Parts: sequence; structure tokens; C-alpha cells
Amino acid sequence: MRSSPAKLVMFGLAIALVIAFILSPFASSSPDGLERVAEDHGFIQKGSSAPTWANSPFTEYETPGVEGGVSTGLAGVLGTLAAFAVGVGIARLMSGRNGSGEKGGGA
Amino acid sequence: MHIPDGFVSPAINLATGVVSTGAVGLSVARANRRLETLQVPLLGVTAAFIFAAQMINFPVAAGTSGHFMGALLAALLLGPGPGLIVMVVVLVLQAFLFADGGVTALGTNVFNMGLIAGWLGYGLFRVLNALMPSTRSSYLVAVGVSAWASVLLASVAASFELALSGTVPLKFVLPAMAGVHTLIGVGEGLITVAALSMVISARPDMVTSYRLAVQLSHTSEESV
Repeated sequence: MRSSPAKLVMFGLAIALVIAFILSPFASSSPDGLERVAEDHGFIQKGSSAPTWANSPFTEYETPGVEGGVSTGLAGVLGTLAAFAVGVGIARLMSGRNGSGEKGGGA
Repeated sequence: MHIPDGFVSPAINLATGVVSTGAVGLSVARANRRLETLQVPLLGVTAAFIFAAQMINFPVAAGTSGHFMGALLAALLLGPGPGLIVMVVVLVLQAFLFADGGVTALGTNVFNMGLIAGWLGYGLFRVLNALMPSTRSSYLVAVGVSAWASVLLASVAASFELALSGTVPLKFVLPAMAGVHTLIGVGEGLITVAALSMVISARPDMVTSYRLAVQLSHTSEESV
């Protein structure tokens, strides 16, 4: 009944990509808990002054130059892949095992 | 609960930033000795899943939404140190690429969502788990309760930071934040339990906290 680690990783990544691409355009656009409290208690404007970093390419989780739900889905997919790549990269560096793949871990 | 620039004072951001940096340094140093080969891809998948799941805001009350945080899930899957690294990866990408959470508030967001939710939540899980029988179902109960509490604890921390920054009085922000995050935490508990149940069904030996909880002998026979 055990799945190989490679299978589990591929399955997990597939689930993450489906969530990011298919579900994200349907996410609630209501303010989140903190934003709601900030609106109710009158400090939301403190956050709307110029951000210190204004170069985010995917502000509001939209892909520049792409319209509609696909814009959010695409931004989600790119962010998910980036999180995976950066996570694996950092984990490899931390574990001190650069590029030692599992033998026989074929998909 | 991503705090944007401007909500929290520079002094608070500095203080939380120093604590967060120290905790991350400690985690990296320990991971150097402890991270297992199997955990390398698992860390990447956990970061990917948390990033994706955090995009899905679900409605919790009229005109208010919440989303999954994932700090406790990461700590339970990988251990508290690597779990914190996962949260840092997600929060840094969100701040720099998606303008979600302020860059100056990064230390505060890592403190709230990585350390308070992740580490304090994990500590609570260990206590609850120790008080219950070593079974899969009691493990999952401890997971659900501490996932719920992790979100609530992070919202309490955020309330204190906002109050100490002079942004809003504690007597207003604390009940408001705790109230809404009591609801959002229910979603956190459900998603964390569902995700861990799936991974445990496939590979119980790959879940660090489950191995500890039910004393699985860590013999990874490589059956494909």
C-alpha cells in the first residue's frame, strides 16, 4: 500500500497546482479577518500608503497582461512552482546533499 | 493575517524581525544535521501546497473571509525547524512577488505565522498528544485542536503588535481579531486534519510528528 516518495511528491504537487489554477479564481474576495478588523476600527488606510516594495509583478494575484480568472490561476501556478523550487533548493542546501537523488525513485 | 506595511511600528518590526531571524538561523543550523533525504522534496511540496491553499479565501461571516495558514501542518509534517523554513519561503515569495504582506512587516509575519502559529502551536500539539492515547484518531484530534488554536494564537499576537504600535487600542483589536480567527481556525483545523490524513494513509513514516506520536519504528522499506 505504500507509495514511493517520488509518487507522493508528484501527487502533492499536482494537488497544489490544481488548487492554485482551478480553485483560486473562485476564492472569496471579501476582506480577510485582519482587513475586516482594520476596516471596522479605522486603520485600514495606514496600510494603503505607498508600500516599501512596489515591484511585485503579481500584485493582487493577477498575472500582468492576462485578463479574467486565468490571470489569477496563472499567478497561482507560477507562485506554487516557485514555492516548490525554492523549497527544494533551500532544503538541499540545508541538508548539505547537493543533487543526491534517490536511486530507483522513478515516476 | 498578512500584515501590510504601515500597520506595525518600526520598533515592533525590528523586535519581531530579530527574534524571527534568530529562530530561522537556529532552524537552518539544526536542519543541517537532521534533515533526512526524503524531507528535501517534501519540504518543497509542503511550501507549494501552503502557497496554493493560502490563495483560497473562504467566507467565514458576512463580508469576511479567511484562508488556510499552514504553519502547524508544516511543523507536523517536517518538524518545527523545517516547518518554519517552509513558512519563510511562502511569506517571502508572497511579499516580494505578490504584494501580499508588507516587506517591512516580514519579520512580524514570520513571527506570527511561523513562530507563534508554527512553534507555539506545535508545543500545544505535543502536550495534547502526550495526554491522549497513541492512536491515529487521537493524533488527529490533537492535530485539529492545535491547528485551530495556532490561528487564534497568531491573531492574538498580531493584536498585541498592532496595539503596541499605537495603531489601534488593544481593547478593540483583541476581541475583534480573536473573534473572527476563532471561526477561521475551524477551517485551519479541518484542512490540516484532511491533509495529514491523506499523507499518513500513503506514507505514515514520512510524517515526523506521527512517527513520534504513535511510535512507529522508522524502518523505511523501499517498496515501490
